[in-house]
Amino acid sequence: MQKYSIFNLVKNALSNHENWDLAWKDPTPKKEYDVVIIGGGGHGLATAYYLAKEHNITNVAIIEKGWIGGGNVGRNTTIIRSNYMHDDNALFSEFGMDLWRKMSQDLNYNVMFSPRGIINLAHSDAQMNVYARRGNSMRLNGIDAVLLNREQVKEIIPMADFSENVRFPIFGGLMQPSAGTARHDAVAWGYARQADSMGVDIIQNCEVTGFDISAGKINGVRTSRGDIKVKKIGLCVAGSTNILAEKLNMTLPIETHLLQACVSEPVKPVLDRVVTFGAGHFYISQSDKGEMVMGGDLDGYNSYAQRGNLPTLQHVLTEGIAMMPFLSKLKMLRTWGGIMDMSMDGSPIIDKTHIEGLYLNCGWCYGGFKATPASGWTFAHTIAQDRVHKLNAGYSLERFNTGYLLDEKGLGTKTWIS
Amino acid sequence: MLYIFCPHCGMRSQNEFSYGGDATVKRPELNKEVSDKDWDNFVYNRKSLRGKHWELWQHISGCRQWIKVERDTGTHEIFNTLKADEEISK
Repeated sequence: MQKYSIFNLVKNALSNHENWDLAWKDPTPKKEYDVVIIGGGGHGLATAYYLAKEHNITNVAIIEKGWIGGGNVGRNTTIIRSNYMHDDNALFSEFGMDLWRKMSQDLNYNVMFSPRGIINLAHSDAQMNVYARRGNSMRLNGIDAVLLNREQVKEIIPMADFSENVRFPIFGGLMQPSAGTARHDAVAWGYARQADSMGVDIIQNCEVTGFDISAGKINGVRTSRGDIKVKKIGLCVAGSTNILAEKLNMTLPIETHLLQACVSEPVKPVLDRVVTFGAGHFYISQSDKGEMVMGGDLDGYNSYAQRGNLPTLQHVLTEGIAMMPFLSKLKMLRTWGGIMDMSMDGSPIIDKTHIEGLYLNCGWCYGGFKATPASGWTFAHTIAQDRVHKLNAGYSLERFNTGYLLDEKGLGTKTWIS
Repeated sequence: MLYIFCPHCGMRSQNEFSYGGDATVKRPELNKEVSDKDWDNFVYNRKSLRGKHWELWQHISGCRQWIKVERDTGTHEIFNTLKADEEISK
């Protein structure tokens, strides 16, 4: 594989950039693999990459029903952060932050990681207390956190509404300076390219139709492009988890819901941080192209439709305009939807299952993109070693039975309000 | 925009309703020994499949009654609505 470098860029310029290698191949599936990863999104690609890189397992196939990067890895709002309070979430995410910082060098692919910082706004004294507690918990886990008062927030984001007579005045905020954004497509392409170069087969347009299980063990997977013999299968299918669980006779603590996001027309640089509204659910950042990238609540009912309805969009953008009134002047460029694997406590599952050789990676709710490297790394470990790593020990499937839930927001089991 | 037929009030927009989840989940019976597995299935585990789905909605800005709605989770088409105490015919 050609390395991406200034030298190769100049060299290929001489032939009008017509002789670059393909970023990844288009192989036909083999009859047998050591590991099959179902789902060619960010998590599946990262898992295959770390299986090859960390565990030297390269006889691996990624099976993707659509195309690489066509699902949630290409539909998210690209926010990367580790501002969690609970130890299991904080340590896992902070491990991921470290992988993010090295990712462009590691993958030889510019993922445009931009640690611009995230500010969660507070709109009451009580919320400031809650954020102080969260910030302290973060710092105890080695994560940077700064509690900002109203004036400090105003200095950083003067375009927010700091007038006196508003329904949700800004009291301050909690900032994680090392959080940020990255180019989501590049993350998928970078992992795909490196995994492919180490021998992983990326098989697109290939739908899983069934599983070959006997005596509680995985023997193979049936696909629209033929049967494949395999002893270990990793499931990384996000919003389609319930559909494959049905084929496995499993019922999971997961519901599939619809989440919308949108971007405005591009404007000149105005916002150089990620900001979230604290009196509702709205988050915003500005892309390098100048578009304001915005998202918020789920549509609120079980759905597999990758498109949303207007009432939710209106509700979310009302919050945005309450926080930053200038947004009302912008034209909307694009809105879209994706389907989320909402878990019953708002935290993910990376675990073995009762079927030998079947490994589960799901329940990412809104937070799948930022978790891509850490999820791939720990899932690869879980598959290769047949045991969970201490970083994903808290993300067990069993916790819904034992009661060790990881309910970061304390919202209970109504997935549609989390 | 979804339009939901409330059996008490008639056709209304989704703005008047709030969602209540899978309508086929049954709470384990009282005064009976209930296994952990049964509780798990009641509290956490859901099929949540693509296709027809019976679910609860509350007409929160209308008559405030809970109703059952049969809706396709792939297309959002609504086929049928029932009062809360009416049984779903299989």
